[in-house]
Amino acid sequence: MAATGAQKSGWGIANLAVIAWALFPVWWLVSLSFKVPANIATDGGSFWPTQWTLENYRGIFKLGEFVHALVNSIGIAVISTVIAVALATMAAYAIARLRFPGKGLLIGMALLIAMFPQISLVSPLFSIERGLHLFNTWPGLIIPYMTFSLPLGIYVLSAFFREIPWDLEKAAKMDGATPAQAFRQVIAPLAMPGIFTTAILIFIFCWNDFLFSISLTSTTASRTVPAELGFFTGLSSFQTPTGAIAAAAVVITVPIIIFVLFFQRRIVAGLTSGAVKG
Amino acid sequence: MAEIVLDGVTKRYPDGALAVQAVDLTIADGEFIILVGPSGCGKSTTLNMIAGLEDITDGELRIGGDVVNNKAPKDRDIAMVFQSYALYPHMTVRENMGFPLKLAKVDKATIRQKVEEAAEVLELTAHLDRKPSNLSGGQRQRVAMGRAIVRSPKAFLMDEPLSNLDAKLRVQMRTQVSRLQRRLGTTTVYVTHDQTEAMTLGDRVVVMRGGIVQQVGTPKELYDTPRNLFVAGFIGSPSMNFLPATVENDALICALGSIPLDDNHRRALQARSGEGPVIVGLRPEHFEDAALIDSSHPGVTFDGTVEVLESMGSDVFAYFTLEGERATTAELEELARDSGSVDAAAVDQLVTRLDPNTGAREGESLSVWFDPANVQIFDPQNGDNLTAASAQVSTGQHAADTTGRTED
Ligand SMILES: Nc1ncnc2c1ncn2[C@@H]1O[C@H](COP(=O)(O)OP(=O)(O)O)[C@@H](O)[C@H]1O
Ligand SMILES: [Mg+2]
Repeated sequence: MAATGAQKSGWGIANLAVIAWALFPVWWLVSLSFKVPANIATDGGSFWPTQWTLENYRGIFKLGEFVHALVNSIGIAVISTVIAVALATMAAYAIARLRFPGKGLLIGMALLIAMFPQISLVSPLFSIERGLHLFNTWPGLIIPYMTFSLPLGIYVLSAFFREIPWDLEKAAKMDGATPAQAFRQVIAPLAMPGIFTTAILIFIFCWNDFLFSISLTSTTASRTVPAELGFFTGLSSFQTPTGAIAAAAVVITVPIIIFVLFFQRRIVAGLTSGAVKG
Repeated sequence: MAEIVLDGVTKRYPDGALAVQAVDLTIADGEFIILVGPSGCGKSTTLNMIAGLEDITDGELRIGGDVVNNKAPKDRDIAMVFQSYALYPHMTVRENMGFPLKLAKVDKATIRQKVEEAAEVLELTAHLDRKPSNLSGGQRQRVAMGRAIVRSPKAFLMDEPLSNLDAKLRVQMRTQVSRLQRRLGTTTVYVTHDQTEAMTLGDRVVVMRGGIVQQVGTPKELYDTPRNLFVAGFIGSPSMNFLPATVENDALICALGSIPLDDNHRRALQARSGEGPVIVGLRPEHFEDAALIDSSHPGVTFDGTVEVLESMGSDVFAYFTLEGERATTAELEELARDSGSVDAAAVDQLVTRLDPNTGAREGESLSVWFDPANVQIFDPQNGDNLTAASAQVSTGQHAADTTGRTED
């Protein structure tokens, strides 16, 4: 059934409204970041900056702390994502393919961990990491990030693996593939959209985390940007660091957008179509 | 190419389900053998055990003389065509067909040449660089066949390879599969639940039920002398009519009247262990419009009202409803369940296949003739065909020992 003109324009208006709703705060942030810091108190309410400036950006990159935090953020998020996706892929494959006792329990536990309120674990984690000398180190953040992103990753990926017809793997075996060849040449290429989706979700989770970063770090040795923002101070004690925070927020949003855009092209829906039936 | 021997092969799934029980089967080199039976009878399991995709619980499997029970599929050198085709969606047709050769580390030029040869045979040359998602069902099916034939394996295994095609294409592909197999002369095990495919394709057919082999034989053997009720009901379309009957005064008394016994029947009835009622089986094609039969031709006739008349051009099917009970045994119930509602109703009904020149009219009475020599007698207790055990039933040599009788 073809949509009528009225229906189409109705949808168009609805879409625009939603996009405006979602993008307004983003625009506000961008606008703030380009305003002259001294004027933000007076200029703050206007939609466009009355006077455009890069002062905020220059300011934050002059701060050693921010650059440190940015390096920490990128390093910790990328390492956590790579390890978590690799582990989640293997675990999800096993869950989707194998019948073993306690499978249901395993999935249940994984979900339970994902649902567990993270705040309740902060104090014990703090003590444990102090004891293990992991406090304020990269692994000290990577480990909890993996713990909380793995269940989600396993869950999403096992759904993807379940979608891949098992017959394909049998066919690969019959064609003479070893299990490793079957996985690498047949299953993994088909699971790629799922792997990328999971990677995006996990990366965003790690990148945006504030709670663990603020609780398990004490210096810029491992503090990530979301936590570092809280430590921003103005150029003088009379100034609120609004412009600097806005600029930093814009800076840390950019990698996420690039990351998503880069991987989104790989998430081709319906990649498995044509495998089976006629 | 190789001989495949199943020696007491049994499969018990981890959940305890006994899917295949002690199958003994010798598949000759180059033979085209069909595994047929209703859904869930263990055909795929048997095939997967030959392929190496399922472990063998008990028994021995030999391919070309070697015991392969513990060999991985890749070491058995057998190709398989799946019901779902199982084409690799991220590869082109060329890559799909070349995949087994690539894994076998065949050099690129040879792969190219072999794939193109196979594509030629299967009329896929024009589609070699397309992805499976851009192909029609029939083309996908042929790619699946192509992937199997490129590497000249010892045997082909096919699990309902045509069941996803529409009826017309299925018939077309059936012929092509048959031609391909003859041409390559490769041992082939073909699984189907469609008895027409089984009858037309195979050198020999294996009928299975509940994990147990019921009968192995050429299509003609299965048709003429089914060993039991199940095989009799499964082979032939429309299926054989089954009627409960009692033996009285040297005749079988059933809803069609009194059928005089011939020597063969007498021998069969004497040989059986028990007493009591039997089941009489008659194929639809063994009936004829009495008006078209030469009166000198001996036989039994009965009158009935034609309930439904279906003309197929070359044949006419006339359906009658019979009085009295219908024959019920576990086998017949399973057959009815398997074939769905249409044939389940046919258990009540008598189906006859008549000459197109018949004067039969729907709703009118018709005199129908049949030759008692074609009657097969089954033991309701165990389903055994008593007549098959004692002699071959064949048309033509019966006139001497039957007396023509007309029942009204
Ligand atoms: N993986 C499995 N685990 C347990 N039982 C199974 C499994 N696969 C098949 N079965 C059972 O084994 C029997 C035979 O199945 P199958 O060989 O697939 O039948 P067919 O191919 O003849 O339809 C069925 O009763 C089925 O439920
Ligand atoms: Mg099957």
